[in-house]
Amino acid sequence: MSTTHVELRPGAYADSVALLQVSRAVQALPGVASAQVAMATGLNVEVLSGMGFEVPAHAGPNDMVVALRLDGDGDLDAALAGVAAALADAGRRGSTSAELAPHRTTAAALREVPPGEDAVVLVSVPGPSAVVEAVDAIEAGCDVMVFSDNVPLADEVALKRAAAERGVLVMGPDCGTAVVGGVGLGFANVVAPGPVGVVAASGTGAQQVLALLDHAGVGVTHAYGVGGRDLSAEVGALATREALRRLDAEPGVERVLLVSKPPAEAVAADVGALADSLATPVATAFLGAGHPDLTAATETLLGDLGVAVPDWPVAGTARPPHPGRGRAVRGLFVGGTLCTEARLVVEGLLGADGGHLFTDFGDDEYTSGRAHPMIDPTLRTEEVVRAAADPAIGVLLLDVVLGHGAEPDPAASLAPVLAGLEVPVVVTVVGTAGDPQDHAHQVRALTETGAEVHLSNAGAARRAAELAGAADHPTRLTQESAR
Amino acid sequence: MRVVTTGTELLADALGAQAVATERVDWRPPVTATSDVTADLARVALDPRRAEANRRAVEAVLGVTAHLVDVGPASEVLGLERGQFLHAGPPIGWDRASGPLRGALMGGAALEGLVDDAEEAPALFEAGAFDLEPCHHRGAVGPMAGVVTPSMWMWVLEDLETGRRTHCTLNEGLGKVLRYGAYSPEVLTRLRWMGDVLGPLLRSAVRRVRDESGPVDVTGILTQMLQMGDEAHNRNRAGTLMTLRDLGPALVHSGEPTDVADVLRFVGGNDHFFLNLAMPTCKLALDAARGIDGSTMVVAMARNGTDFGIQVAGTGDEWFTGPAQVAEGLFLGDYGPDDANPDIGDSAITETAGIGGFAMATAPAIVRLVGGTVPDALAATRRMHEIALAENPRWTVPVLDFQGTPTGIDVARVCRTGILPQINTGMAGAVAGVGQVGAGLVTPPAEIFPAALARLAELVPR
Repeated sequence: MSTTHVELRPGAYADSVALLQVSRAVQALPGVASAQVAMATGLNVEVLSGMGFEVPAHAGPNDMVVALRLDGDGDLDAALAGVAAALADAGRRGSTSAELAPHRTTAAALREVPPGEDAVVLVSVPGPSAVVEAVDAIEAGCDVMVFSDNVPLADEVALKRAAAERGVLVMGPDCGTAVVGGVGLGFANVVAPGPVGVVAASGTGAQQVLALLDHAGVGVTHAYGVGGRDLSAEVGALATREALRRLDAEPGVERVLLVSKPPAEAVAADVGALADSLATPVATAFLGAGHPDLTAATETLLGDLGVAVPDWPVAGTARPPHPGRGRAVRGLFVGGTLCTEARLVVEGLLGADGGHLFTDFGDDEYTSGRAHPMIDPTLRTEEVVRAAADPAIGVLLLDVVLGHGAEPDPAASLAPVLAGLEVPVVVTVVGTAGDPQDHAHQVRALTETGAEVHLSNAGAARRAAELAGAADHPTRLTQESAR
Repeated sequence: MRVVTTGTELLADALGAQAVATERVDWRPPVTATSDVTADLARVALDPRRAEANRRAVEAVLGVTAHLVDVGPASEVLGLERGQFLHAGPPIGWDRASGPLRGALMGGAALEGLVDDAEEAPALFEAGAFDLEPCHHRGAVGPMAGVVTPSMWMWVLEDLETGRRTHCTLNEGLGKVLRYGAYSPEVLTRLRWMGDVLGPLLRSAVRRVRDESGPVDVTGILTQMLQMGDEAHNRNRAGTLMTLRDLGPALVHSGEPTDVADVLRFVGGNDHFFLNLAMPTCKLALDAARGIDGSTMVVAMARNGTDFGIQVAGTGDEWFTGPAQVAEGLFLGDYGPDDANPDIGDSAITETAGIGGFAMATAPAIVRLVGGTVPDALAATRRMHEIALAENPRWTVPVLDFQGTPTGIDVARVCRTGILPQINTGMAGAVAGVGQVGAGLVTPPAEIFPAALARLAELVPR
């Protein structure tokens, strides 16, 4: 047994969309079999008739019809109250705030940059997607730093060719560090402005140079990263050339330092020819066997600038070698270039076959699906514990990299692990007095564990080699220590 | 200096700590993230032709002004012959046609006198007695079922600079109408009146205006109506009235007073009358971008009630299709989601051109159609800008500070963001003959965009 109710409300009005909502709300009420609240237009009257409602013949488009069919146990008063509530609801304004959703692509975000304002794009999405975002920047005529690694080589070449056509600088892929006009992008130390321009195919290599220059009181105009493969034969130094040309055009730059692995031969010749054509002298720090280390290259640069080379600071003194342990140096690094440099130094002094082992925890095999160890050092810390327990290891050689982007207090997780070890520990802390982590505090916390802390990575590596050599050659240790 | 950061929040925070202004991108992996999509995106991004091709495509679309130059039967303006039927969406045969398309074809067959009774038509369609072809293949667009037969009168719009033309039928109104699949005698009676009275009178008026003061600028009407609360897909009220304003004086001279009064009453009583002018205007603009190699711009979105198809500037006439979805929205009377046919009609050409659902922000009066709010509408238009290549300088949205409508759907950006074009639509009953059952919002099937992207990637010169 059902009840049908048709009511005409002359003069009442709501728009058709509001009434569709009202009808839907009323249909959902308990006891309501069907409901239609509508203005009595021809079409709506037809719809109502189709639903079995009889609409009075005199109903017109300015009359509201409330048509309800109730189940046997339906309550008409409750249903009409529901109609009233739904009509009131439909008349109420939504109060949702119209907060702007963030943009979803680099191209869309770049539209927000006011005309005339310089913009740089920093891309750190997974490698295979990074090129797409970087292209947005290039098309907008903006320099782009690609922090992401795992970008296919062919994509890097295509990206840099497109950039070269537009005079845009692509820093990266796999570029960890840049300082552009005093702004640190990625992992970057806080440095003062000054007469040096840096072009670096290596992030931590650049950071080492920045930290040493800062200690010597020399600032930097820009430090452009170019990515580790830029000086390969395939990429042909496309970004390096653009970076060199820009630094040459900067009035404040007196000297340019190019930091890289030794480049491919043909590329080295091309870059050399470009460097020779520039007004600004370009020095190189090529990290490889037979080349000066980064500290030595920085010292040469300081000499060229007429700045006295300071004593690179060393804090604390490493424990003496433990008699019950072997003599292998175990290098556990978060900085790839620091790792390579340390290995070259140690192997240069002790040979390559002494069981010395160097691991870069920033390498792709440790970062797939994980944050960089400068952000999350867990894997390195675990390995420190393992290495300390290995009696074959004679010296532990570590790095800590400070600056923007790096973890806020690296010593907080490393110091507890180092405290109480019997193995001598040598640490390079790459940082400047202005870095947010409080450089002095980091050094102090580490020396309190008995570690010896260097600013120069090459110096730290030499010291580690010295300590490792001491197990076999106590005499030599004495001689070296006397230096 | 400002830094746009795309990726790790930590690096953006590090810039914030240096008091550098940042613009943070809410990057997410492509929704249909397969290594193929990611690789195709990179390949297309690095296509050296793409940026210039898209710039040209945008310029071509924005450069078109549509003028109303004529009205005439499809037999005359399209050369449509007896036994030929046009329909909405990508190509389809009777075997896969949905209820409303079948209903409209049956009604069309009866209208043309190919059968005495519409119910006799299915056997003939099954036997392949008639030809079916998409409107889009003949320079036309049709709302909902989009069925066009030779005797139906059509608007003729022209780009005066190139002479290119597009066409669309005259709008029948709402409710039980052919385009929603209804084919009852009243539907056919109305269509006959449209052919006998409405079409000829409109032709007389359109030609008189054209010859006396120059053809009506329909693109210009769209510019105005977008500032008057119409988004030109589900709301065409202002556009309809402006058309009446522009044609009214000439209509007075077009026929017998009773017929003129009937025409004015019919047009004025049908708020959707202008939709059939908005659609060919959009097609005329978008067709200008067809065949631009390397361009990732969508030039047509269309549905036949079974398949949803898109065509892209850089992939020629190829359709990329997937199953049409059922709209979400409000239903007339007792109808519910089970009664609704999947999405149908060429009217998504309006969204393709950046209006309709893309201009939702300018039509707050209809946001509640989907239970939405005014802030939802603003957000919807802003969201469409994320997948659009450009903004239309003529078609602007006052409430968004006169920002241009989002123009040129970029296949690559749809794949990158997973944001699908939002389409405002009417819903047809699934059963032939029912007519309209509701209205609401719908999106294309997500998979057709990666499919188009894959084709674009294949076409990148090696």
